[in-house]
Amino acid sequence: MNDRAQGAGLSAQRINGNGAVRHHRGTVREALRTLGNILVKELLQLRRDPKILPILFIAPVIQLVILGYAATTDVRRVELAVCDLDHTAASRELVERFTRSTYFKRTAVVASQPGLDALLQSGTARIALTIPVGFAAERAAGRPGSVQLLSDGSDAMTGTLGLSYATDVLQDASAAGDAQPLVELRPIVLYNPDLVSRNYMVPATLAMIIMVMTMMLTAMALVRENELGTMEQLLVTPLTPGQLIIGKLIPFALVGLVEVFTALPVVLFWFGVPLRGSFATLILLTLPFMLCTLGLGLFISTLAQTQQQAMMLTAFVFILPQMLLSGFAFPIQNMPEIFQLVTFLVPLRYYLVILRGVFLKGVGFAVLWPEAVTLSGMGVVILLLARVRFRRRLG
Amino acid sequence: MTSAQPAVVARDLSRTFGAFVAVDRVSFDVAPGEIFGFLGSNGAGKTTTIRMLCGLLAPSGGSATVLGFDVGREAAEIKRRIGYMSQRFSLYSDLTVEENLRFWGGAYGLFGREIAARTEWAIATAGIEGQRHTLVRELPGGFRQRLALVAALLHQPPIVFLDEPTGGVDPEARRRFWDLIDTLSGTGTTVFVTTHSMDEAERCHRVALMHAGRLLALDSVPALKSVFAAGAIVEVTCHHPVAAMAAIERLPGVEDVALFGDRLHVVLAHAPAEGVAAIVQELRGEAPVVTKVPPSLEDVFIHMIARAEGRAA
Repeated sequence: MNDRAQGAGLSAQRINGNGAVRHHRGTVREALRTLGNILVKELLQLRRDPKILPILFIAPVIQLVILGYAATTDVRRVELAVCDLDHTAASRELVERFTRSTYFKRTAVVASQPGLDALLQSGTARIALTIPVGFAAERAAGRPGSVQLLSDGSDAMTGTLGLSYATDVLQDASAAGDAQPLVELRPIVLYNPDLVSRNYMVPATLAMIIMVMTMMLTAMALVRENELGTMEQLLVTPLTPGQLIIGKLIPFALVGLVEVFTALPVVLFWFGVPLRGSFATLILLTLPFMLCTLGLGLFISTLAQTQQQAMMLTAFVFILPQMLLSGFAFPIQNMPEIFQLVTFLVPLRYYLVILRGVFLKGVGFAVLWPEAVTLSGMGVVILLLARVRFRRRLG
Repeated sequence: MTSAQPAVVARDLSRTFGAFVAVDRVSFDVAPGEIFGFLGSNGAGKTTTIRMLCGLLAPSGGSATVLGFDVGREAAEIKRRIGYMSQRFSLYSDLTVEENLRFWGGAYGLFGREIAARTEWAIATAGIEGQRHTLVRELPGGFRQRLALVAALLHQPPIVFLDEPTGGVDPEARRRFWDLIDTLSGTGTTVFVTTHSMDEAERCHRVALMHAGRLLALDSVPALKSVFAAGAIVEVTCHHPVAAMAAIERLPGVEDVALFGDRLHVVLAHAPAEGVAAIVQELRGEAPVVTKVPPSLEDVFIHMIARAEGRAA
């Protein structure tokens, strides 16, 4: 009752104006308390959301497992059709070399070449090997024997890889024979000697998860405040747009880190991807990337009217192009020049370099600083742009 | 500053959105401690005016001050000193009563013992003791409305802006809400409230009538009703009120006719006697019942709009 009287009575004395009303701008302590107040609210809301826990902890693991298995570019057991027209010991030995290797699986043997067409067309075979009459005779005479390889180009990845495996087998065969090649190639692959694509695809998937989670959750959380009308209420308080933005971004940065901690055991222990660099470096170099994704999330929230729009925008305008233009899906070197230039604007591109560097090469800040600096710079620019839009939208 | 200085001063305040004029050169003063009602239909410009006064929207023309601060240049000063309750319910429904109060208090720089004391005050004032740990979405509508009001008062602002605060709550909850507004005003807080409800407007000290962005009239409720002092309002009940409207409109001395549910309200320019006789004569066969009624605010509102549109045409 006492409180009530005190509360109600005080307006009368305050009405005279500005003097009596506290100024709470200025001191660091006030600023931290203000920020803390927003953080507590955001974390309480996250905790109350029954859907958020599965999204945070289970979805990334599932994504990682699915993408880790599916997003592999290794090709094993390429379907091979054989047409041996020579019928000699040498030709049979060559065929055997193919079938012994784990790269090929012999799915058909035909007596004449026209039969191969049908097999390639139906997809029963991806690679067709023809050994012409006289193959053994040529070899016996000390000349290189020729064979024909047909490859299915409609599945470019499998076709090309199949062809290159086949070339390897042929090279081995000629090395084993009398014909000594003039130059002997001994390629050594560094960092990922078996070229296990999983070793670079899985860390890249981790990047995707961080990006999707931080960007989408930030965008949706802000748009939700718009939808519910609480944003307007926030804007009549003395809280500044800067405080509101920082108060929104820190919780979702924490979410991003939680994602890393959840997903990392799967990456390391399930998929056996080596982490050759330090864990601290990994976390430290993840922060500049999150600066970009959080900033983009904020930016999206200024474009979208509804949470649904925010989700679509995130998925199709901000995530898909990054996947395609970062080296995640396609090698940057193979892109037309103009697209190669565009990739320099894609944050994911730099983060993939960081991830592969830390995981597989074991390098740290000394090598990766250009990427870290670029990402930090991009993050700051994105945040500033988003802030301008954020403010303008309110006016 | 003296206590006589108006809490709000608006001079030719205007706001356009493209070619649409939402608020058209509106001028008024609001006295400290006054309950100032802004009455108008949807789209009349009430919300746009309130948003300009709260520093959420820049005026396109004219000027306004709140507590002596300019709404265009000193919005930050204003925000610190006002309370605002928007049309849409704007507390976090996934937080509890207490969590909401602590958050909104913190937004105004209230921490520690201050916010603890104000939280107690708010819960007691809103009459929601025992609900402090209830999620806001589980509260009944009337409770939520009162909670939103006290949440806007945590920092003890000398003026509070309420934008259609009682939308969607039952009459009892609405009455309790208005009791709270009366208490506030009694302690010196200025209350600026928009509404399209005539009952609520009757409870305001002064009422501004807004229509199509313009301020049609501004006065106390009795003064507004005195526009009919020279004439009278009669209520007509008959079999076919819609058909009768046109007939009555043509009669001499009739200013306008409006449909109120199944009855007609007729504004007569002069004393009722002859007007009533004319109506009874006109509607013979319709079994008309004509009674003189005291003017309601709705009569005033409809009359003002008709007059403004007549002038415009």
